[in-house]
Amino acid sequence: MLAALRRSQLAQRTALLAPSLAIIGGFMVLPLILMAYVSILEKGTHGGVEWGTYSAEAYIKFLFERDLMGSLSVNADYLQIFLRSFVLSGVTVLLALAIGFPTALYIALQDDRWYRNLLVFMVTIPFWTNLLVRNYAWIILLRNNGLIDNAAAWLGLTQEPIDVLYTPFAIGVGLTYSFLPFMVLPIYASLEKLDLRLVEAAFDLGADRRRALARIVVPLALPGIIAGCILVFVPCLGAYVTPELLGGSKSLMIGNLIQNQFGAARNWPFGAALGFALLAIVLLAMMAYALRFRRAPGGGT
Amino acid sequence: MSGRGGNPLWRFAGVRPAAALFFAYLYLPIVILIVLSFNANRTVTIWTGLTTDWYVEVLSNGDILRAARNSLIVAFSATFIATVAGTLAALGMARGRFRGEAAVNGVMGLPLVVPEIVTAVATLLFFILVGIKLGLLTVIIGHTVFCTPFAYLPIRARLEGMDPSLREAASDLYADAWRAFRRVTLPLLWPGILSGALLAFIISLDDFVITYFVAGAGATTLPVYIFGMIRIGVTPEVNALSSLMLLVSILFVSLSFLVQRQR
Repeated sequence: MLAALRRSQLAQRTALLAPSLAIIGGFMVLPLILMAYVSILEKGTHGGVEWGTYSAEAYIKFLFERDLMGSLSVNADYLQIFLRSFVLSGVTVLLALAIGFPTALYIALQDDRWYRNLLVFMVTIPFWTNLLVRNYAWIILLRNNGLIDNAAAWLGLTQEPIDVLYTPFAIGVGLTYSFLPFMVLPIYASLEKLDLRLVEAAFDLGADRRRALARIVVPLALPGIIAGCILVFVPCLGAYVTPELLGGSKSLMIGNLIQNQFGAARNWPFGAALGFALLAIVLLAMMAYALRFRRAPGGGT
Repeated sequence: MSGRGGNPLWRFAGVRPAAALFFAYLYLPIVILIVLSFNANRTVTIWTGLTTDWYVEVLSNGDILRAARNSLIVAFSATFIATVAGTLAALGMARGRFRGEAAVNGVMGLPLVVPEIVTAVATLLFFILVGIKLGLLTVIIGHTVFCTPFAYLPIRARLEGMDPSLREAASDLYADAWRAFRRVTLPLLWPGILSGALLAFIISLDDFVITYFVAGAGATTLPVYIFGMIRIGVTPEVNALSSLMLLVSILFVSLSFLVQRQR
């Protein structure tokens, strides 16, 4: 009787979960597996792939190029793109942390619950607006003869056009702008739970502000800080829109390189390999976080 | 809650200006874009006067209206499927703990953690290799995938905050499972479902990267169309269309949060 009940409960739960799992499993997990498979296939002569012929060529291409004679030599072109992506993502994380941490602290400090919720809501709004449009706004601001250029010239600060758009700097500004909210929310979540008596005790025991921050506040907010860093780093590394709009052709990032393999370059296995490498980095970061803090980032929000 | 002077964290100076800088950085570009969309001057940055001409132009452009129609078809379809699936999943997850729960959670959250460009590439390869012709259908499928967790999460949160004794009371009063669900759980769950649906809708309406990859020639959505316009250059028409997109998003998110906070 009990076993039958349990079995019917299991059947019910399976039926309820099935549609979602079928959607995400069939149209996301399966495609991701397929992508990993395509990455070890040989490239077709006219684009596409050669089924059944396996090759590590796509991964070799990360670092080496093959000349007409078939011998390998080191090719730093792609390495440079990876490096640029990692550096820009790292800088973005640091910038976001520098602005995001004090902001999260400020929000957590508000006594008025209503005002606090309003601020949190204001942090989230940009996330729901169009990324393309938000990056476009920076073209208006940064381009020559744009708002900042004109203002600087009018104030007599510059004589020449500022030439900022289509540089890595512009990408950095755009990436920080795009993903800043991801830094604030998890830090706020952990600061909100902070036991203020600990900070008070630190001050009572003669700690100055820097020590109280370094020894009490930051360690207790660490899960939020790390979650924020991962949540900013991951989308930066895979960014496509920002470097495409603000970066120009000389400062490609991994995202543009991947897109290119399905556009002009027509090298699916290479594009798939790049995608798979990106996916692996993301999953490793998530797993490391889960192991360290026993909770998936964003799981509580 | 202690007063302002009592909270020891206030001793950290510089917190307020940093927050002010943060909100200025976050909102100034958006505000500037919207203001400039009313600028009569074609050069965009030089202000000559107020006009709504660009909006009239945008709303009478056939290509833009066609793209808007595609966007709405996709958003409504994806939202509907994702909300139904998300509601069922939330109900399934609410029935106590079970083995494999972590794995199910992982799958449900997957579309949120995998970078969009990776999802886009994988989905494109999948459609090509399986032999589904790129078009509105492939866009709808792609959108349904990432809309599902956005619909699911608010519903799940709502269910978790629900008092189980209400359902038990219904059972005590001889309501069968279906009646208890229809008369007690569903009405209480409704704000969560609506809120999730609104979020799914807005995420679908705004998506660019995945759509750009899996849309065929005839399935241009608004963001894909805007991308094409931006590539040509900064024009007042892009400003007007972009401002409209921003306002729609902000309206929907605000609605979603208001609904969610309802008791």
